[in-house]
Amino acid sequence: MDNFFGGLTDGVAFGSVYALLAIGLVLAYKTSGVFNIAFGVQAYASGALFYVLHTKHDVNAFVAFIAAVVVMAPLLGIVLDRVLFRFLRGAPEINRLITALGLLVAIPGLVQLKFDQTQATSAKGVVPNGDTVYSWGPAHLTRDQIAIIVAMALVAIGITLLFRYSPLGLRMRAVVESPRMAELAGVNSNRISMASWMLTSFVAGLAGVLLPQITGNQVVDVYYTTLVTAAIVAAVLASLTSVPLAVAAGLGLGVVQEWLNRFLPTNSIVASNIRPGLPFISLFLVLALDPRLRRIRSASDPLAGVDPPPVAAIAATRTRNAARGTRLFWLIAGLGYLYYVMGHGNASVVDDAVRIAIYAILFCSIVVATGLGGQLPLAQATFAGIGGAVSSQLATQQGLSVIVTILIGAGVAAVIGMVMSLPALRLGGIFLTLFTFGFALAFESVFVKFGWVTGGLFPEASPRPAIGPIDFGNDHSFLVMCLVVFGVVATIVVLVRGGTTGRFLSAVRGSETAAASIGISAARARIVTFGLAAGIAGLGGGLLTSYEGHYSATNWQTFIGLFWLVIVVTIGPRTIDGALQAAFVFVLFQKRVLPVWLPWLLNHVQPFWKINALPSAVQFIFFGLGAVTYAKHPEGILEFNKRNAMGTFQRLTHRSQGGNDSTIEGPMSSHGAAAS
Amino acid sequence: MTLFEARDVSKKFAGIMALDNVSIDVNDGEIVGLVGPNGAGKTTFFNCLLGLLKPDGGTITFDGAELSRVPTHRRARIGIGRTFQRIELFSGMSVREHLLVAERARRGDGRLWKDVIGMGRPRPDELARVDAMLELLGLTAEADRPVEMLSLGRARVVELARALMIEPKLLLLDEPSSGLDHAETAEIAEKLREVNRERGTAILIVEHDMPMVRSLVSRVFVLDFGRLIASGSVDEVFDDDAVRKAYIGDNN
Ligand SMILES: Nc1ncnc2c1ncn2[C@@H]1O[C@H](COP(=O)(O)OP(=O)(O)OP(=O)(O)O)[C@@H](O)[C@H]1O
Ligand SMILES: [Mg+2]
Repeated sequence: MDNFFGGLTDGVAFGSVYALLAIGLVLAYKTSGVFNIAFGVQAYASGALFYVLHTKHDVNAFVAFIAAVVVMAPLLGIVLDRVLFRFLRGAPEINRLITALGLLVAIPGLVQLKFDQTQATSAKGVVPNGDTVYSWGPAHLTRDQIAIIVAMALVAIGITLLFRYSPLGLRMRAVVESPRMAELAGVNSNRISMASWMLTSFVAGLAGVLLPQITGNQVVDVYYTTLVTAAIVAAVLASLTSVPLAVAAGLGLGVVQEWLNRFLPTNSIVASNIRPGLPFISLFLVLALDPRLRRIRSASDPLAGVDPPPVAAIAATRTRNAARGTRLFWLIAGLGYLYYVMGHGNASVVDDAVRIAIYAILFCSIVVATGLGGQLPLAQATFAGIGGAVSSQLATQQGLSVIVTILIGAGVAAVIGMVMSLPALRLGGIFLTLFTFGFALAFESVFVKFGWVTGGLFPEASPRPAIGPIDFGNDHSFLVMCLVVFGVVATIVVLVRGGTTGRFLSAVRGSETAAASIGISAARARIVTFGLAAGIAGLGGGLLTSYEGHYSATNWQTFIGLFWLVIVVTIGPRTIDGALQAAFVFVLFQKRVLPVWLPWLLNHVQPFWKINALPSAVQFIFFGLGAVTYAKHPEGILEFNKRNAMGTFQRLTHRSQGGNDSTIEGPMSSHGAAAS
Repeated sequence: MTLFEARDVSKKFAGIMALDNVSIDVNDGEIVGLVGPNGAGKTTFFNCLLGLLKPDGGTITFDGAELSRVPTHRRARIGIGRTFQRIELFSGMSVREHLLVAERARRGDGRLWKDVIGMGRPRPDELARVDAMLELLGLTAEADRPVEMLSLGRARVVELARALMIEPKLLLLDEPSSGLDHAETAEIAEKLREVNRERGTAILIVEHDMPMVRSLVSRVFVLDFGRLIASGSVDEVFDDDAVRKAYIGDNN
């Protein structure tokens, strides 16, 4: 009985946090049309500020609360609305998702520039003496828990009333459904959208300062994102629309979780593996099984037709010469680099090159899934990890040749990718993204711990491949092998893009309805893309595992996977060049640019501040914020600038030959004009 | 021979009976009109026919097969092509690419391994067929333009070309003349007649332009508030009182 009531009360407290976060997600979706996966890190920002003020500098709790929740959180909301989301109303869903994803990566980086979360322990709560316990018979609640429950209840009631009785609530919804229609009806949609963002950010801030009290008094970004996963389950169960349902689902989830904690035998496999994965597993199951999701389709603005057609993607106007020129430039640069690596590079330089080649392969999987498939899967690192795990397990346990095991690993990843895509198919858009997110987290929190999957904490050394007399144990020869594999993968991607599958996919990206009307099955195209992308990721995973000599779970964390996506999207998700450049950046930023090159440069251009190694958070900020430009440049920033540069170059050469520059049509010429 | 038959098709949206026991049939090689005031349910009927919407009741048969369990893209494969009232083109693709992708879809051989071994590129015979269609609909000059650069009228022609590429037995046209001027309308009507005559393609056309309907079709169905209020030959139907009443106050 004790367990029953203890689970119930603790569960309600825990569930209130889920519910609060779920309300925030539902609210954001209802009022701004954004499925805000960055909601957790918004909460984290407020939590961090509150911690710094109240726990570290002993500022009065009330003042700190006002600063973190009433001032900072809505301010962040205003910034997000003004700078980003205002311009994304009515934009394709994938643009809004990528923007939120960029924030999810960038915001913790920004916060951590000033905030050392490893030291952020024994956080003090909002209410004084938070651990005071009140008991009613078998039920016990601490003051902190009561504070959370009360805050959640107030927010839930307030928001329900807002939507039911205030004109503001109605207008908020109108603006999401059709900003133009709303404006015709005399609503200032910019102001309403700002109000929506202030409100949801306030809820995020509130959750942010309350949350450390139930996560061991620590302020760590991972806790926030993890709790948001559970909140996503609740929000999805509420069909992303109903606040009361979100509350019920959040509470239910919390209670179930606490009961499981108490009633499951503590040292069984289930307890030690399934339990921590509960939020992810339930997210996975809900998305796979909930029949109502099919009906939630991203609403499109009925008045969208009055918009001028979008400017043709710059890709469409890239001239042949520009393409040839850029390719030649990169080819020469690449060969020069390789010559240097092979002939003169020390071990560390060769290591860079091997990793760049492997990451280029891994990033090709994102080119397939996102650039070609138009989807935003968040599990590519997981598929790579699966490839690596399968390959190293087969090689060490079964003694198979590593070349073979790497291929089998890729095959297994491809099959899992296809199977994964089956339930996700009917969903598409945000749900497919969430589904892969749930899969990645579930895999990370459950399967990675099984010895038979990954070889345990200290996996056996996984050998390097050998073909007959050629041994790839040497790093130089391994590099050559990786380059060959990259060449093959790149060729396959290019062939697929120019072939039937690529054409079908770009049709589906353009209009799923129209594609179906000529007999193209979006579902089939997606399964194929998912499988291909997962297979390529698995291949890269096998290579990296073999190169490093053992399976290393840190390479394949979900968050790392998000960063991959963000970096590729920033640089160029449509092309092999983009994948290769992203690999350069990914490998070199961490290892050379931030610790050495950038400080050196900064110390040379200005003598005032001595700058030492920059924290790795900088790269998350840099590329996280880079990704939010996706909406403007879906072909990637680098690609965009490259084309501009080529355009300018061509104009200049044309001019010097006395020709006119009318051969370059479309947007490129106008940008080129601006640049020259 | 009846090519297509819808029987008692109904569809309800949150309180609105968009289709109320509608029965419509089209014979082989026939051009049939479907008219009615705004909001009568014409587009909804097309969407039910294609499987984009699931009707609440009724049966739809095409070429002898019952369609209720056939997914949308299969319905296209068995010979139903359509255009959209609100243009649905593949953004980012050129006109030629629209037709190429449709041609490939018609053949239905989109195996990944063929792409991987380099067999996925457009073949000469495909390019030739595409060129012929561009020629037929007068799109040759715009063939390599991205569709975003086209006017609404030209975009409608591209949609028509794309639908024709899959060689449908039945072509559904949703207001093909809206956004077009008189000359363009006449031209489209002429092309439709030509396609109908030469390929035997049956056409079910939704249209507000009555002269165009009169000039094209042999029979019309009239929808009003989701109900079929008249059907028969053009002259019969347009003399019908109920039909006149439904159209009074209509801006067309
Ligand atoms: N997805 C939908 N959800 C709710 N109602 C809808 C939906 N689609 C159509 N309707 C409603 O169903 C009715 C029929 O609409 P439909 O678009 O089929 O008319 P239509 O005859 O094509 O009109 P128009 O000539 O304006 O194109 C209208 O009242 C419309 O508002
Ligand atoms: Mg219509």
